[in-house]
Parts: sequence; structure tokens; C-alpha cells
Amino acid sequence: MIYLKTEEEIQLIQHSSLLVGKTIAEVARHIKPGITTMELDQIAEEFIRDHGAKPGFKGYRGFPATLCVSVNENVVHGIPDKYELREGDIVSIDCGVLKNGYYGDSAYTFAVGNVKPEVLALMKATKEALYKGIEQAVAGKRIGDIGNAIQQHVNPMGYGIVRELIGHGVGKHLHESPDVPNYGKKGHGVLLSEGMVIAIEPMINLGKRHIVQEDDGWTIRTLDRKPSAHYEHTIAVRKDKADILSSFEEIEKVINN
Amino acid sequence: MAKQQAIEQDGVVLESLGNAMFRVELENGHIITTHISGKMRMHYIKILPGDKVKVEMSVYDLTKGRIIYRYK
Repeated sequence: MIYLKTEEEIQLIQHSSLLVGKTIAEVARHIKPGITTMELDQIAEEFIRDHGAKPGFKGYRGFPATLCVSVNENVVHGIPDKYELREGDIVSIDCGVLKNGYYGDSAYTFAVGNVKPEVLALMKATKEALYKGIEQAVAGKRIGDIGNAIQQHVNPMGYGIVRELIGHGVGKHLHESPDVPNYGKKGHGVLLSEGMVIAIEPMINLGKRHIVQEDDGWTIRTLDRKPSAHYEHTIAVRKDKADILSSFEEIEKVINN
Repeated sequence: MAKQQAIEQDGVVLESLGNAMFRVELENGHIITTHISGKMRMHYIKILPGDKVKVEMSVYDLTKGRIIYRYK
């Protein structure tokens, strides 16, 4: 069932989503070689609770942490541990927040120090693909249009698009209908209408699209062990232009500094 | 956090459990409880034991499935 949200509900989801952006920005301040992914997670959890909200992922189907921290060949759902970030790594931080009964979900991929140019290109293309997808999230279009836009942007560059993991509706639950794949046929799929709130999250691999789940039951990594980038926004579908509820503004202030 | 897409697998219907529910043996040997999809119900497509079917399953619960296609 796809739940359409009222203006009030969309506002609440926006509050949660903006908090996610601020949390990731706070984490970004600490991203440098030597810090462990567990320390980043603790920073995020404290920040979220200080703002009167709850971590959205902790306890979700047994997920043990506040953030999904996925380094290099890990695509998504990396569990924070004692791994120390190294110069040249890329790390995706995915965060969710539950505030006032509504979820927010967003993600960003960071470069640790100097990173190979082809990996930077992957990150740039993935982020651009996210915005291409968001452009399609307009009432009257279909879910396939979003995935198709992402696919068209990224395919010519030879990257792999992860298929088994997808975007999703967001609301009182973290994962709702509809499913939002990062690939698709134009004009196919669920009809988008005003009031739908979805998370679009392209997961793009430098190498091939195939992925493998690790023994911890959560972490997903690329089969060929090449790096993968991931960006996510929670958006509200509107008549002529989607409302981006989450924000990279704070994150980018920290990076550009 | 990314959601995991439902997986599609083929299987053979072992028995009819009433209420449009069926026990299906998947190609990998697992036996699961399935129900017929609404779309198939709408088009009055019947399923009998012995039919080969395509089943859609949630990654989050591998004991239940939905029959989405009946092969000829």
C-alpha cells in the first residue's frame, strides 16, 4: 500500500531528513585517516539523541548501529567496527532518523584524503545520477522514469548499477512502498502522485554490478571488490518539481572547508 | 538504508491448502507456503498441484511467497 502524506506529515519527514543531513555533516567533520568507523557511529548517535530524535537504523531488523558505514568495495549496510579509515579510502555514510513518529533517510559518499581520480569520477557521476532521478520524480511520471534517468546517466560511463537493492517509500516506517529501483523502463512502474514520499538512492559500482552479502548478514560488497558510491535523498513528489526534503548543504559546507 | 528487492524463483506446486494458498517446492529444494497474487485472481487463473510457477519472495521472510506467474 502506498501511503500519501499530508502537508503536515511531509513537514515532519522534512524535519527528520534535515536532521539526517546535519548528522552526516557532523560525522563529516571527523572523517580523516585514523578514525574508526565505530567512533563515527558514536558521534552520530550522540548527535541524533541530543536533538531529541532516535537513530532510525538501530534495531531495524536487528541492525546494530546508528550509521551504515561502507568503505571502498562495501556498497551499503556496512556495520561500524574497529576499522580505521585510510588515506585513499572512500566511505559512504547512510543515516536514518526517527523524530515525531516519522523517518528521514539520506546518504553521502566521502573521500578520505587523496583518492584516485577514477573513483572521484564515480562519486561525481553517482551524485549527478541522484539528481537526474529526482528530476523525474514528478506527479504523472512513473517509477521507471526515475530508474531510467539514473541508468542513462551512468551506463555510458561503464559503471555497474546495483539491482538487488533499491530505494523505497518513507514515512511512519523506514521502508515503505513503492520500490524505487535505480534502473527501469520509461513509462513503466507505479504512477507517481503528489503526497508520495520516497528515498532515491543510486548505488553505483566502478566495476561490474554484481554484489555479495558478507557473513555478518548485513554488509554488501561488490563481487569484483572495486569501489562503490552511494548517495541518497528523501523527496516529496509534487506537481512540477520534487521537494528535496533532506539536504547536502551542511555536509558540503564541511567538505569545502 | 537501502531496501532489498523481492527475489523471483521458480517452483512446482505440491498441494493446494485452501483459501488460494499453496505449498510450493522451489528449484533449490525449499518448500514454502505461498498465496496467489491478486492480479492472477482478477484474471481467474487457476493453479493446480503439479503446475510450474514463478514465485516472488521477500528477502526478509523466506518462508512465504506470492505466486506471480503460471507457466504453460
